[in-house]
Amino acid sequence: MNLTLFIWRQKGPDDIGRFDRYALKDISNSISFLEMLDILNEQLIKEGKEPIAFDHDCREGICGMCSLVINGIPHGPKEKTTVCQLHMRHFKDGDVIYVEPWRAKAFPIIKDLIVDRGALDRIIQAGGYISVHTGGVPDANTILIPKEDADIAMDAAECIGCGACVAACPNGSAMLFTAAKVTHLAMLPQGRIEAARRVCMMTEAMEREGFGSCSNHYECEAACPKGIKVAFIAKLNREFIKAMLKRKSS
Amino acid sequence: MILNGNVPSGPINEKWDKRQEEMALISPANKRRYRIIVVGTGLSGASAAATLGELGYSVEAFCYQDSPRRGHSIAAQGGINAAKNYANDGDSIFRFFYDTIKGGDFRSREANVYRLAQISNQIIDQCVAQGVPFARDYAGYLENRSFGGALVSRTFYARGQTGQQLLLGAYGALSRQIKAGTVRLYPRTEMLDLVVVDGEAKGIVVRDLITGEIRSHAADAICLCTGGYSNIFYLSTNAMGSNVTAAFRAYKKGAFFANPCFTQIHPTCIPVSGEYQSKLTLMSESLRNDGRVWVPLKKGDTRPPSEIPEDERDYLLERRYPSYGNLAPRDIASRAIKEVCDDGRGVGPGGRGVYLDFSDSIKRSGIIKIKERYGNLFDMYEKITGENAYEQPMRIYPAPHYTMGGLWVDYNLQSNIPGLFVLGEANFSDHGANRLGANALLQALADGYFIIPYTIADYLARIEPGRITTEAPEFKKSMDDVRRSIERLLSIKGKKTVREFHRELGMIMWDKVGMARSEDGLKDALRLITQLRAEFYENVLIPGGSRDLNQELERAGRVADFLEFAELIVIDALHRRESCGAHLRTEYQTPEGEPLRDDENFCYVSAWEYMGDGRPPELHKEPLVFESVEPTTRSYK
Repeated sequence: MNLTLFIWRQKGPDDIGRFDRYALKDISNSISFLEMLDILNEQLIKEGKEPIAFDHDCREGICGMCSLVINGIPHGPKEKTTVCQLHMRHFKDGDVIYVEPWRAKAFPIIKDLIVDRGALDRIIQAGGYISVHTGGVPDANTILIPKEDADIAMDAAECIGCGACVAACPNGSAMLFTAAKVTHLAMLPQGRIEAARRVCMMTEAMEREGFGSCSNHYECEAACPKGIKVAFIAKLNREFIKAMLKRKSS
Repeated sequence: MILNGNVPSGPINEKWDKRQEEMALISPANKRRYRIIVVGTGLSGASAAATLGELGYSVEAFCYQDSPRRGHSIAAQGGINAAKNYANDGDSIFRFFYDTIKGGDFRSREANVYRLAQISNQIIDQCVAQGVPFARDYAGYLENRSFGGALVSRTFYARGQTGQQLLLGAYGALSRQIKAGTVRLYPRTEMLDLVVVDGEAKGIVVRDLITGEIRSHAADAICLCTGGYSNIFYLSTNAMGSNVTAAFRAYKKGAFFANPCFTQIHPTCIPVSGEYQSKLTLMSESLRNDGRVWVPLKKGDTRPPSEIPEDERDYLLERRYPSYGNLAPRDIASRAIKEVCDDGRGVGPGGRGVYLDFSDSIKRSGIIKIKERYGNLFDMYEKITGENAYEQPMRIYPAPHYTMGGLWVDYNLQSNIPGLFVLGEANFSDHGANRLGANALLQALADGYFIIPYTIADYLARIEPGRITTEAPEFKKSMDDVRRSIERLLSIKGKKTVREFHRELGMIMWDKVGMARSEDGLKDALRLITQLRAEFYENVLIPGGSRDLNQELERAGRVADFLEFAELIVIDALHRRESCGAHLRTEYQTPEGEPLRDDENFCYVSAWEYMGDGRPPELHKEPLVFESVEPTTRSYK
């Protein structure tokens, strides 16, 4: 198939940036979207031009490194699919495709399609863990967890930290990301002990990093490649209110 | 030189305890005066950095990705082994040890393997305490499944994303230490050289991948946790960025490289579909619990699988290995698959594939159960191939996946350069000539959580902290060398891209140094690699400069190292005139095509020393001594 691409080019954080137009011919529909960009980059290099910088690594949908907005949708048109798993069979001959980086106040652009997502790491550093030391822990089967709870925890823990939820949100909110970690750990008995403290620390970090608030657009769930549910945001809110009451009473 | 693995004496089940007792300690108040560099933040790096930080050392952690949560351990699917015997099916530490050493075809260090089995139970406890959501039954207890090379169910798992969940556990522990200020993190930073001062490892030179700045960092000890080198095959299941650079540059600074030719080809990957393909995707070995591998009995049978009746199918693994069946170890399954495809009975485009069929299991257990066990894998298969594996069998083919070889380390995980420790896939020690499924995650975490914290203290207690700083002349020289090699690459301005060279190298390696190796093929490979490398330095085209983010330059440095390192793999494969585990020399096999091991002449670790550009590396041997098990002919029949 033949394609017309408009790709965001930006030399660095201080550059204004612009869309450049590229025409690609004879693209096979069995290759992935990133392999299509590889082909374009090979052509650019041979023409003596600078290739397009974009993040990617595992190319099997789990590392969370790839991060492209395709025709206005983070990770592109296919549901529950990262860009690296998106194949060209979902496009057709003659398509015009716009490719942009994640856009959010908390994700400054580094170059072209690459952004800095360090803010997500800092939310986790604020408390997205169980504060257990290495060693000296009880036998694994002494902590029993109802299967239903373990399954919900796992649903939430599947988040790959790509940031598509933030890119999709009109407020640039990281609520779904934060809620996923809060829920994962709050569902488990070993995570309950710090639940109140954790939700407060993580929400504070989220605000500090410049992420917006949630106003129930639910674009995040629609864009999430792992199908993380907005119900977890309700869980975060419930945990947060519980923590506030606890703080008041103590 | 005969290398000494520094294994404690005494009965095998007491060795690790004995070593822990005899090792020196550092007082809590003094620990923060010691600086430790950890390179790589996958499972071994993240667990090591977190644990060392928690103990009070000053740790600096480096990764090339934008976040430590993205190390390639995250892509491991199936599970992690432990000798818990929760399944009450006869498992024990000794049995786990025996399976692993047999799985490695008696080419691993016995004492290391036993320690791995011993520590395995602690790892599961640790991960559960961290909140890793392992699969559970309705009573709330942990579930297990089986993996290749074992007759018991000792594999713990979190759906098809066990590596992800374990890494996120370690990443959480690491994040906690970053917040506590004991670990300083340097993401998007790549190690490009090891600095050795007075014969000891004292620092690294790195490139900031955003600004291009070349910097050096000094420390009292270095831990390399930089993973394996399967990407030398171009198409592999590794992440695009996985590379050998850190380990290879340590090799060039004097660290011995052990068993480089032991590379694992995983039997169940999605077959290659076209020339622009950039990577291969693994379909977890756990699928072989419920999937049956088969091909048509007749050559060139092009009927769709559903139209081939039962008696015209060859369930090749069940036929050849009746007791292990579809759960035969990876090296054996891969070879069996290659053989039927070479015989013209492969399926799919080009005949490079076999079926992995779930229809019997779906009939037996129901589609819901199968979905629960492998749902994400079936989804992934559909995304890539456009086919629904609930309705028709998967097509699979072997692909490079893991490298058992790595930098040589002693029992304490220290290389021959004092102060340089090597953890996880980057070292060579525990898997011999073939790794069993669900042992990689285990080894990475054992090294990081429970071995390095003890053994590094024993080294540090003997030295004065902070004696070497980046003012030492060795740092300046190393930085100059790195800058010079980058400028050299950029100045070539040829006509071929880095990717084109990488693809050509991969084809040489796959054809001649892949699943079956012969003397003639290996000699050919040596010649072709030398040619390709010469061409690379005359004709590679790298756009842009060195002073900002330049992904082509990053790739060029890695491919340049692969082009040199490939030669070492071939030299090792040529010298090992036997077949063992994943290393099959066509000249040395039984009439049935099983590998023929030569314990009399090759029961040792080959550790190669760099002797300078253009000179052959020197071979050192560490004899493998088996005190607790008798090396036998490996049989899975």
